[in-house]
Amino acid sequence: MSAHPFKHRHLLAIEGLDTVDVLQVLDTAEAFFEVSRRPVRKVPTLRGKTIINLFFEASTRTRTSFELAGKRLSADVVNISASSSSVSKGETLLDTCRTLEAMRPDVVVIRHDASGAAEYVSKRVQCSIVNAGDGQHEHPTQALLDAFTMRRAKGKLEKLVVTICGDVMHSRVARSNAALLRLFGADVRMVGPRTLLPVELDKLGVRVYDRLEPALDGADVVMVLRIQRERLQGAMLPTLREYSRTFGIGTKQLAYAKPDALVMHPGPMNRGVEISNDVADGSQSAVLDQVEAGVAVRMAVLYLLTGESGPVEASS
Amino acid sequence: MTTAYESVLDADAISRAIRRIALEIVEQTGGAELALVGIRRGGVPLAKRIAEVIREVEKKDVPVGTVDIALYRDDAATALPDPKIGPSDVRFPVGGRNVVLVDDVMQTGRTIRAAIDCLLDYGRPRRVWLAVLCDRGGRELPIAPDFIGRIVEVPAGKKLAVELEGGEDRVVLIGKGAAT
Repeated sequence: MSAHPFKHRHLLAIEGLDTVDVLQVLDTAEAFFEVSRRPVRKVPTLRGKTIINLFFEASTRTRTSFELAGKRLSADVVNISASSSSVSKGETLLDTCRTLEAMRPDVVVIRHDASGAAEYVSKRVQCSIVNAGDGQHEHPTQALLDAFTMRRAKGKLEKLVVTICGDVMHSRVARSNAALLRLFGADVRMVGPRTLLPVELDKLGVRVYDRLEPALDGADVVMVLRIQRERLQGAMLPTLREYSRTFGIGTKQLAYAKPDALVMHPGPMNRGVEISNDVADGSQSAVLDQVEAGVAVRMAVLYLLTGESGPVEASS
Repeated sequence: MTTAYESVLDADAISRAIRRIALEIVEQTGGAELALVGIRRGGVPLAKRIAEVIREVEKKDVPVGTVDIALYRDDAATALPDPKIGPSDVRFPVGGRNVVLVDDVMQTGRTIRAAIDCLLDYGRPRRVWLAVLCDRGGRELPIAPDFIGRIVEVPAGKKLAVELEGGEDRVVLIGKGAAT
């Protein structure tokens, strides 16, 4: 019983959340983190609730993470992937969602290749919507789990120097992370080939670099992004090999950052392209911590959205 | 109208009650394979106190854990859930042990039911016991404590408050009324 319930019915983007919202998710996730390390990794909290994972894009870790998060809360979880659904028969996104809604889920977790897809759906259905990645827009639970990992490792988010390296243009992970870290006054830097840095980066309040060394100087966190081969069209990069030589993070490049800098990667990693084996498996790597944090953070999000603590609906 | 406090147990009485509970726990459980688990939040300082007495009297350390029942509430789906969930922290193997659940006040028994469910997610204890500082009656489930500090009648309109952290220990009845 708290006077401060979670203020939102959906989680669509980091943009629009405040520090109170973010800390509420992170603090709640701390309690759930422990659940996944117990002999019985399940609590009865969301018994009788239904969660649908609706994935229009390929995903292993995010889908699995949401699925485990729901199941460890005792919710019933249904996974739908576009290739095996009526989407492949030509149904529109809205029809798909309305059909699913008629089956009375409490939450629909949606990943779609169109930016804004989750928000579009959220305005037209009654259940809670969680954005699990929409096009090049946002991936809020990734930013939350990254913040959770950083806070655990560094003890705080305030004033951290975070360098995000690589394919920023196509990265909803970068966008969500920048939005979240800015809330806490972190120094967010982005570095990559000019062709992969969107032009309006200044609006995100980040500093832009085109060389690794100055970008990494004094960094507390080095966040390496995946080169999204499937999204690269035309000549944005001459060759992967050249990219790797100029912007890949190896032991030498990591040495520009603080000695205890945390290395993060949202996965899946292209070893030998944006990150070397040494760094990916090194003592500073938090890649697997991020994955573990993902389940706890998604449990927290599902818990906070499904409780009656959300704003009471006027309808029905 | 001011708030009136009526003393139920003062610091000395609480201390004696804790001591007696600790001794009874050792006597009845035999003291072997013993562990205490405080129910957040009121049961946590109490469990630590009981462990201190056992350490002093029996010269042995009893592991102390905590459980948070927020995720196990039977009204989780219908009432306002608490967005502030505390951590459960049971770092010793529960299997095969005599585990004493500890809470400050017992009423309906629903909290205890939730705490038992939480505890069982950590393993299969040999036996689960229950110690409470105040039993105020009003059971809604068939659950009874094994060790009781004091049975307290709480008149309608009054609240029972147990304070074991910060300041002087006390158990008081709080109610609106003329200052006395």
